[in-house]
Amino acid sequence: MRNTWQAHWGLTIAGWTVALLMFFPILWMFVTSFKTEITAVATPPAVVFSPTLGNYAAVLERADYLAFAKNSLVVSLGSTLLALLLGVPAAYSMAFFPTRATPGILLWMLSTKMLPAVGVLVPIYLLWRDLGLLDTVFGLVLIDSISVLPIVVWMLFSFFREVPAVILEASRMDGATPIEELTHVLLPLSTPGIASTALLSIILCWNEAFWSLNLTTVKAATLTAFTASFASPEGLFWAKLSAASTLSIAPILIFGWISQRQMARGLSFGAVK
Amino acid sequence: MATIELKNVRKRFGAHEVVHGIDLVIADREFMAFVGPSGCGKSTLLRMIAGLEEVSEGEVLIDGLPAQNVPPSKRGLAMVFQSYALYPHMTVAENMSFSLRLAGVPREERDQKVRSVARILEMEPLLDRKPRQLSGGQLQRVAIGRAMVRQPKAFLLDEPLSNLDAALQAQMRLELVRLHRELNTTMVYVTHDQLEAMTMADRIVVLNDGRVEQMGSPLELYQNPATLFVAGFIGTPKMNFLDVEVKAASAESLTLAFSNGASLSVLPAVERLTAGERVKLGVRPEHVALEQDGELPGEIDVLEHLGPRAYLHARLADGTRLVAQAPGNTAVRAGDRVAFRIYPEAAHLFDGSGRALGRSGPGAGG
Repeated sequence: MRNTWQAHWGLTIAGWTVALLMFFPILWMFVTSFKTEITAVATPPAVVFSPTLGNYAAVLERADYLAFAKNSLVVSLGSTLLALLLGVPAAYSMAFFPTRATPGILLWMLSTKMLPAVGVLVPIYLLWRDLGLLDTVFGLVLIDSISVLPIVVWMLFSFFREVPAVILEASRMDGATPIEELTHVLLPLSTPGIASTALLSIILCWNEAFWSLNLTTVKAATLTAFTASFASPEGLFWAKLSAASTLSIAPILIFGWISQRQMARGLSFGAVK
Repeated sequence: MATIELKNVRKRFGAHEVVHGIDLVIADREFMAFVGPSGCGKSTLLRMIAGLEEVSEGEVLIDGLPAQNVPPSKRGLAMVFQSYALYPHMTVAENMSFSLRLAGVPREERDQKVRSVARILEMEPLLDRKPRQLSGGQLQRVAIGRAMVRQPKAFLLDEPLSNLDAALQAQMRLELVRLHRELNTTMVYVTHDQLEAMTMADRIVVLNDGRVEQMGSPLELYQNPATLFVAGFIGTPKMNFLDVEVKAASAESLTLAFSNGASLSVLPAVERLTAGERVKLGVRPEHVALEQDGELPGEIDVLEHLGPRAYLHARLADGTRLVAQAPGNTAVRAGDRVAFRIYPEAAHLFDGSGRALGRSGPGAGG
């Protein structure tokens, strides 16, 4: 009795410690964004200070936040949609009509994520340049959807595997074409899985920095590029950088907060069945 | 309503062949059962008819037309699965009307058909429920109802009763027979349970290891099993098998010797047997009688009382087990030393390869 009580408290404290450690940088950044540049770099750090919105005003004045935010939104939604359009049929065929090559293909897809993106930067850059995709929203959607595709296919594959094949066979006997089988049976049955896949993909695309920094300049630049533009080597602008970062991550944090229940449900779908 | 014909149908998974060339014709409106132990290829055969499994070699004809390139959705067959395979996200009514919805049947007509099937199966109150709110027996009814609504050319049933308890199984067996009569449609029924096949089917195909052992009416299989396998598979309790030696054989008579030396004069005119040959004698429990001067002495091991009759499980002197049927009020007890007599006219003989030896006699039944 006493032991379980102690274990319970131990776990609670450990959980909170880990959570606070992970959250601390975000909290620090958030607090710093309301300091002046001078208090932001003060040692020891100023705990009590008079908050200012000056950094936000300066940041918003210097760059068109809404334009970047719009690009981020379009790119993350667009990439996710494209990745789902490609990933659903791929995962469907691998989950329900596996061949001897299927495990190999899955592993190969995942292995592309082990390669540092910079390894293909030059060929991708040249391709995008020749195709006229540099600094276009479409170009970014394309590369982002390709980079989340392995994860999307893997997640969908494991969710689809949870659906008994015999239910799809029943629909085939009922006269469903492969498309109807997908739209009327498989997709409705794996809605939680597809939703959490989409949510994760949106978050990954939103936070994606490498390609948006390298393939865009102005027109298609996303919030990650917006944030990076405040990290100037000359001079210390911690407070403004913090404000820009806060503005960049706020939408996705709120989005994640709202959808966390769905995410957790989807990610533990197989485990709790 | 459809005839289904299989011509030299084979199925290979990789290099492994599981169905070795099967020929059979399922007549229009026939209730045909595929029966055999697990792994005998019966479900694979059914799935090839359905189109869910590709045919590696040979041909499946539905109403005389090759079905090879017809997807399952276009074959006009309905299937009832062992696990029911209902759509969990749809209500009972939606499950049942799904095929009609896909076929573009207007809602009113759909509703009407679903209601009329629901009335036949007495499940109208369930129409708005989801599958997870139903019991096993109810799920089974919905699965059958879903197949019925389509008015298919033929019903394919893959072990539909094996997830139900014994009482419900017995009830559903009767209902399926009644349903088959009312719908007047071809039904192909796969089961590992010979009792289901015996009680429901017009004709039974006994499959073993991907081959047809025998095809025929339930009584034909029971009375004239073509192989040792069929003899042992059809009928409960199982047929008794005894090793015997041919003592004397002529065109008119045959005398067999048991291992204890006792002899049994049987069966006129058994093909190609010579003295000294060893064969297997098969006899059903109801053709073994308890008799004081019977040729086979033994000891009662277990007594199974079923009410109207009892089964005596005995051990013979040489260790062979023998089951005999006795009246329900039999006086023997476990441990009693008794003797059995075999009705010679009801005995079956099998050669070393397990094939039944042909004979003509009063017990042969044809």
